[in-house]
Amino acid sequence: MSVSGKLLDVQHVTVEFHIGGLMGGTLLTAVNDVSFSLDNDKPEILTLAGESGSGKTTLSRVLLRDLEPTRGKVLFEGRDLSAIRKRSEFNEFMKKVQPVFQNPFETFSPLRRVDAYLFDTAVNFGMASNRRGAVKVVDDALHNVGLSLDEVRQRYPHELSGGQIQRVSVARALISKPKLILADEPVSMVDASLRMEIVNLFQKLRDEQNVSVIYITHDLATAYYISDRIGIMLRGYVVESGPVEDVLERPAHPYTQLLKESVPEPAPKERESWAKHIALGTTEVKEYGRIGCKFAGRCPHVMDICRKADPPDVQVGQQTVKCYLYSEDAEKSAAGTGH
Amino acid sequence: MALLSVKNLHAYYQTEVYGISRTVRAVDGVSFDLFPNEIYGVAGESSCGKTTLIKVISGSIKPPLKALEGSVNYTFGDYSVDMLRASQDELRQNVRWKEISYVMQGSMSVLNPVRRVIATFRDIVDTHEGITDKQKFLEQTRAHVNRLGLPTDVLDAYPHQLSGGMRQRVAIALATVFQPSLIIADEPTTALDVVVQRGVLQMIKEIQAISSNTVLLVTHDMAVHANVADRLMIMYAGRIAEEGPTETIFNEPLHPYTQHLIRSLPMIGERSTKVSLEGAPPNLAHPPTGCRFHPRCPYVMDVCRTEVPELVTVKERHRVACHLVKEDSL
Ligand SMILES: Nc1ncnc2c1ncn2[C@@H]1O[C@H](COP(=O)(O)OP(=O)(O)OP(=O)(O)O)[C@@H](O)[C@H]1O
Ligand SMILES: Nc1ncnc2c1ncn2[C@@H]1O[C@H](COP(=O)(O)OP(=O)(O)OP(=O)(O)O)[C@@H](O)[C@H]1O
Ligand code: SF4
Ligand code: SF4
Ligand SMILES: [Mg+2]
Ligand SMILES: [Mg+2]
Repeated sequence: MSVSGKLLDVQHVTVEFHIGGLMGGTLLTAVNDVSFSLDNDKPEILTLAGESGSGKTTLSRVLLRDLEPTRGKVLFEGRDLSAIRKRSEFNEFMKKVQPVFQNPFETFSPLRRVDAYLFDTAVNFGMASNRRGAVKVVDDALHNVGLSLDEVRQRYPHELSGGQIQRVSVARALISKPKLILADEPVSMVDASLRMEIVNLFQKLRDEQNVSVIYITHDLATAYYISDRIGIMLRGYVVESGPVEDVLERPAHPYTQLLKESVPEPAPKERESWAKHIALGTTEVKEYGRIGCKFAGRCPHVMDICRKADPPDVQVGQQTVKCYLYSEDAEKSAAGTGH
Repeated sequence: MALLSVKNLHAYYQTEVYGISRTVRAVDGVSFDLFPNEIYGVAGESSCGKTTLIKVISGSIKPPLKALEGSVNYTFGDYSVDMLRASQDELRQNVRWKEISYVMQGSMSVLNPVRRVIATFRDIVDTHEGITDKQKFLEQTRAHVNRLGLPTDVLDAYPHQLSGGMRQRVAIALATVFQPSLIIADEPTTALDVVVQRGVLQMIKEIQAISSNTVLLVTHDMAVHANVADRLMIMYAGRIAEEGPTETIFNEPLHPYTQHLIRSLPMIGERSTKVSLEGAPPNLAHPPTGCRFHPRCPYVMDVCRTEVPELVTVKERHRVACHLVKEDSL
């Protein structure tokens, strides 16, 4: 076991992208000083939710060692990801940390049959010594997601529906029996019943096989249903985090409040209020570049101080909230400006 | 008078791989009508044939997909067209963009990343309907985008400068410049956060209210249907399981599959265990006999295994295909 007792330790991770031309381009901070950790002996499901384009996928790429952070570091089982150099080490790492991608069609080459891909995965990770041995491994993984080898045999990705291919990609991730699954919108393309099947499966993996899951989603109802903790992202920052009940039942950050209020009820009884007009940001770059709180342009509680510097992380009950409403600085500022 | 009348539609994918032919019966005996001035939602199991159905009714049939049987008839005022028999020329000149707009999932990702939004749009429309007056076209587009409350400078932006939600709203705005009678949207908000999703759907509702046209909205998100759709179709394995007003589908579902679907919806603040359907989803290359839901249905009877249940009208505007449900003798 690792020294830190942590499965995953994310420390002040920042990712900057240069966008625009070589000269005169801008710097976009897609992930901004994000820290959190997962315990080794207490598997959990951590949801990352929040705004479209807020840095969730970019963060998950860092965790998969697919992208070097500009600043900060990530430890997996106590080991700095940037220290992984050899192919064999990387292979060991990938066996333990498996992704499920947002767009399942990117997981599979359009020119290869999906069953062949699954067999190769099983062989490459040493889960079977040859194709014949891989049949059982692959079939088991497919059964976990409500499919069978029979159904995908000989088929190319375009011959499967979005839902089918997504289930195949969860099955692919299960082949190497990982300790951490990074699932980026694994249910956005499947029906309600399958959504529950997949999230129930994550729960089962957590409870019975000690697998932790980082669940990235826009579906807050399933996030509430399965996760232990949740982090809400906005423009690169985690603006609110804590136990999922606290954050989603009593959101403290004004953005989380807007988010929760916008979740449509799965029953036709509040159509009128849900249809109430809301304002949306237009171009991402503008808000990313803004000094101070990124939500200031849309926040109903905005104060002068919010536009001057990044809000601090404040502990509010069980939640950590990045907002001046809960900090002492704001009281001084509000008194000063007569708000 | 129906805007669209689909009768007994059968559309299959017929492929040959290594000499083995395979037929996927993705749409297998579907009949329904769309009326002017309504938002019609389609939901159903993953891979039950929703996108295939849309491809057929929007006239985008390409091999290996074939429409083998049935009819798809539109009536736009005094112009009517049979989708399965119309020529590509006719569709291009009279139907696409003018009468039917199809917003595919991720539609804005087809935009050329190095060209401004408006330029790409002009290219697409040009090939479709031979714009003669470029200036008028530009003005019309700007006015429309403006009326929908979007800043017109989004038209001069490059796609990567817009957020996913803005791209999707621009896609929908552009699809509706010519005020088509029917807007078809396949999962238009799937990749978006709920705030942006709400904005996009509000815009769709607004467009619908302005031009009293018909919107066909396909999504897995039942909560979206609950808040947006006037009527709902629930599909299972290439067929319609149930169809009715949104309230009826949510509050008094009669088909066992619909009942399961509604029960499986999670809600914030409520943590009871939600179960998924037992058994594997049907393989449409070898669909179950009789009622296609029978291998997974908790109420299965002998008759279900051999006889296909008819889609019968049980109440005004409420249709169900299940042997448990008796036709109303209205
Ligand atoms: N390789 C890249 N180069 C430049 N900018 C990038 C790159 N990858 C992502 N971005 C930008 O970084 C920001 C965060 O993107 P990211 O995909 O991580 O968001 P997300 O939270 O996953 O969004 P969504 O919910 O839409 O999936 C966006 O503004 C995006 O355009
Ligand atoms: N090009 C193709 N060739 C062969 N089979 C296909 C093809 N496209 C789709 N299918 C099959 O047709 C069936 C219906 O697919 P379709 O895409 O219409 O489903 P859907 O209801 O839209 O699914 P989803 O909810 O996942 O989007 C599926 O079994 C799918 O595998
Ligand atoms: S810091 Fe200020 S602008 Fe930002 S969310 Fe809090 S109150 Fe609103
Ligand atoms: S017809 Fe029979 S098997 Fe099909 S849904 Fe009704 S009761 Fe169930
Ligand atoms: Mg993403
Ligand atoms: Mg589809």
